[in-house]
Amino acid sequence: MSIANTENTAAVPGIAVTHSVDPNAARTEKVAARRLNFYYGANKALKDINVSLYAGLVTAFIGPSGCGKSTLLRILNRIYDLYPNQRAEGEVLLDGKNILEPGVDLNLLRARIGMVFQKPTPFPMSIYDNIAFGIRLYESVSKSELDGRVESALRRSALWDEVKNKLNANGLSLSGGQQQRLCIARTVAVKPEVILFDEPCSALDPISTAKIEELIDELKSDYTIAIVTHNMQQAARVSDYTAFMYLGEMIEFGATTKIFTSPSDRRTQDYITGRFG
Amino acid sequence: MSLYNRRRRRNAIVLGLSLGSTVVGLGWLALILGALIFESFRGLSLQVFTEMTPPPGGTGGGLLNPIVGSLIMSALGMLIGTPIGILAGTYMAEYGRYSHVTKVVRFINDILLSAPSIIVGLFIYEIVVNPMGHFSGFAGAISLAVLVIPVVVRTTEDMLMLVPKELREASSALGVPRSRMIWNISYRAARAGIVTGILLAVARISGETAPLLFTALNNQFFSANLNAPMASLPAVIFQFALSPYEEWQRLAWVGAMIITAAVLALSIIARGLSAQRKQS
Repeated sequence: MSIANTENTAAVPGIAVTHSVDPNAARTEKVAARRLNFYYGANKALKDINVSLYAGLVTAFIGPSGCGKSTLLRILNRIYDLYPNQRAEGEVLLDGKNILEPGVDLNLLRARIGMVFQKPTPFPMSIYDNIAFGIRLYESVSKSELDGRVESALRRSALWDEVKNKLNANGLSLSGGQQQRLCIARTVAVKPEVILFDEPCSALDPISTAKIEELIDELKSDYTIAIVTHNMQQAARVSDYTAFMYLGEMIEFGATTKIFTSPSDRRTQDYITGRFG
Repeated sequence: MSLYNRRRRRNAIVLGLSLGSTVVGLGWLALILGALIFESFRGLSLQVFTEMTPPPGGTGGGLLNPIVGSLIMSALGMLIGTPIGILAGTYMAEYGRYSHVTKVVRFINDILLSAPSIIVGLFIYEIVVNPMGHFSGFAGAISLAVLVIPVVVRTTEDMLMLVPKELREASSALGVPRSRMIWNISYRAARAGIVTGILLAVARISGETAPLLFTALNNQFFSANLNAPMASLPAVIFQFALSPYEEWQRLAWVGAMIITAAVLALSIIARGLSAQRKQS
């Protein structure tokens, strides 16, 4: 106990927190999970989760493998619905409306809450079509307008300069880092309100990782962002809020500065100092 | 050292046995192909493709009517069987992947896949030929379609199952409706595999004899009338090869050669397409 107390006062060595939010500042709750439970068949994977994503801020989810961070993210856009025997209980509020209720239009929901996956997943079509595909689904736009939308999405994801001369090349011909930025561009292009990143950099080299982190930083002015990461430095660098999960439970949720400098739970302390996980 | 020598000796014996089996297996194939080429070569001429089958004991003549009959019935069989197979395979892989119905359909489809084709012929005889009162090219095409369906169902399902689930999740996460996802993403990713399955189905039906004997029967004259008996290469080979007439036997060999060459060409195309699939 005494060790924990002394360490609580100091920042974790080697981890620099970039953003510090004013805890008293006004903030809007964009997405909120309330008493959320999740089951894979009979196996309970999430226990009574309460967490909030604030508009215009980045929330990082950290914790050892299997703690339920990805599971939680996959509830927020109900992607788990693709599989049988997966079931969520409780509430997930998007702008105050429960999206777990029956009758919610899942396609519209997912157009509002975009997701970027761990593995880059370009569609088997051209770079241009990878982005135009999503736009055409929900909007009827003229060819020139579509061109503009594709360009701005690619610019936003810092990919434009690398692909502007080969928009008709297959999306699969890009490098891993470029593919991931293409997936981000594709997600941004449909103008969602929330973007969920599920370990977006775990398959990428450090340079691509840095580019994507920069991108997240830029995107947060327009979007509410959640990111699952195994990399604590990354969580400290990109996020304003951090949630630490362990064995399906939300152990601690708070401002990133607080979590990384003076966590209130012993398990959080142990995890961020690398004692387990 | 003696242990090592014993192991070497055992290795040599097993290697010899497996090489021997390979030679025996391939040897028969080579003999069959050799006999086919040798026997058909002396009968091969342009006449084969321009003249009708000769009467018993007659000289000359060709295989124009069975070639055309085979093409018509195979094409119609594919036309009927392919869409049904693709749609069923799509249901099983995309919509009903976890449903009980799919498991039952897959089980039955596997039985159908290995069902003796003569049973299919008898079945179509009962439900088409008997009510119509006569053999017909149409009935032949339907029996071929019944053989096409399980092949196409199987390959379509298998190829769609190979489309990574990440791709499905990614498109769902964009808010793409399932129908659009299947059309624009799954089919695109699995295209080469599905086409390969269709070509394999063509190869499968192009040599089928039994179902045609019960349905289209045969016709010694040229006929493109689907409502009448229709000649086909396998049926003509069957009839001519068993006949005592030398001219007929010669044409049977040529017919066998034509089918073999066609199936070989289709297999090579299918191979090429699946190699292409692995690259992308």
